[in-house]
Amino acid sequence: MGGRRGRQLAGTDRDDDVIWNSASDFFAMGGYGTYVWGAYMVTAACMAIEPIAVALRHRRVRRGVAADEAKR
Amino acid sequence: MSGTFAVLVGRDLRLAARRRIDAALPIAFFTVAISLFPLGVGPEPQMLRQIAPGVVWVAALLAAMLSVTQLYATDLADGSLEQMLLVPGGRLAIVVAKAASHWLLTGLPLAVAAPVFGLLFDMAPAAIGALVASLVLGTPVLSLLGGLGAALTLGLRSGAVLLILIIVPLCIPALIFGAGAVAAVDAGQSARGHYSLLGAVLIFTAVLAPVATAAALRIATE
Amino acid sequence: MNTSWRFFRFASPAAFYPLAGKLVPWFAAAAAILAAAGLYLGMLRAPTDATQGDAYRIIFIHVPAAWMSMLLYVVMAFWAAIGWAFNARLASVVARAIAPTGAMFTFLALWTGALWGKPTWGTWWVWDARLTSELILLFLYGGYLALVAAIDDPRRADRAGALLAIVGSVNVPIIYFSVIWWNTLHQGASVSVAAAPKMAAIMLQAMLLMTLAFWAYAFAVIFVRARAIALERDNQAAWAGDAVGSSPGRTGTTT
Repeated sequence: MGGRRGRQLAGTDRDDDVIWNSASDFFAMGGYGTYVWGAYMVTAACMAIEPIAVALRHRRVRRGVAADEAKR
Repeated sequence: MSGTFAVLVGRDLRLAARRRIDAALPIAFFTVAISLFPLGVGPEPQMLRQIAPGVVWVAALLAAMLSVTQLYATDLADGSLEQMLLVPGGRLAIVVAKAASHWLLTGLPLAVAAPVFGLLFDMAPAAIGALVASLVLGTPVLSLLGGLGAALTLGLRSGAVLLILIIVPLCIPALIFGAGAVAAVDAGQSARGHYSLLGAVLIFTAVLAPVATAAALRIATE
Repeated sequence: MNTSWRFFRFASPAAFYPLAGKLVPWFAAAAAILAAAGLYLGMLRAPTDATQGDAYRIIFIHVPAAWMSMLLYVVMAFWAAIGWAFNARLASVVARAIAPTGAMFTFLALWTGALWGKPTWGTWWVWDARLTSELILLFLYGGYLALVAAIDDPRRADRAGALLAIVGSVNVPIIYFSVIWWNTLHQGASVSVAAAPKMAAIMLQAMLLMTLAFWAYAFAVIFVRARAIALERDNQAAWAGDAVGSSPGRTGTTT
């Protein structure tokens, strides 16, 4: 999968190839880059922040319980 | 149970008669809120006529929500709510009675006063008629749903704002069909579809909301 | 009788805690793999759309997010109802754990919907039936979260939240229908955020993979949050101490 992604055949479209001719094309998204990446980046951010926040909450509770147990 | 119902409604009406200023507050709020819109969007009659159904309906919705927070609060405070809940069948009776008295004190006066506000917005007579009809059908829904919100938020600090947040989404169908009926009549079309849907919403709410509200009262008081 | 008895063993927070802990890494891994596959297909292989250009690629997160937002609301209401009806504490904990994630997906559906609408329809927001319904769903989640946060007693909060979620679920079809009615009457059929482009098979595959990825993600996050909530509520219980593994010689669970 990694090897094929790198291959670029200028001027021809093969069925089993990525459709972008270059990385800058990919980021430009046909002129709609701001919108597409704006959507994807915020999504990625939310789906990174949420797990981290939840894991931190969980860790805080565990520490609290452990501290209570240690006192007993 | 109908005896209890009549007694409770009568009691609420008598209490309201003693505190006439408090009972008039929802209408006062409604008037002020309605008057804000021309001040905000400009006095042009054509536009005001167009936004009038929506404005009146939204103001009615907010007035209903704001006045419903006190529905159970006073009875909770002086202990009479607990007494009423002890009566067999009391929970359902008090729920229906509270919704009925709220409607008699807020919704019905609003519907009756609507023509005046319709004139403020230069609405056509047919549209004003539709406005009154839609409010008569729709404000009971607001009272029933408001009662559910009041029971859910019973005794909570956040009170009115929380109630509005949780109940307003549920009122949206009534708002859409009610305001839509008036807009349809104004555009010269038949509002029968809107009235049917609004009536369906009213029946649906009248059957289910009291049960839910009774359950909410139990959750809040046990 | 035997299997159902063993199943109900996991209905206690004490049994749920370690089980969920073991499952979370698998769900997380599944989410990552499915997302990688879905994004590969959607972003690198799916062809550009004739009408919408490459802006349509937002669909690969907008639609899964919207579906998850609606699905999670119903699932939340279901578990809240179970918790209320059977006095099952774990079910109530799971319902409370679902709400923030559901609200997040609703926000993402709205955000991506706006970014999709701007290049295709010219405005950041369109009051079409689907987006407006999604906005109302955000209000429903907000109402639930606000209500349970305002009630101090956990059991009353669980039950009140369950009632509100059930009432909300019953109303969602009515609200959706009324919004469609409202939309068609006022604006006609022309205003509707990007009817999805005619979907090539590869686009559907990508969307399906992303939906499954979001589904696995939701499981992972909700399970961790449920563990945290269960621990918070039972923090004095014996199982809590065991689970955290603070005593020497006891094996605790990770994360």
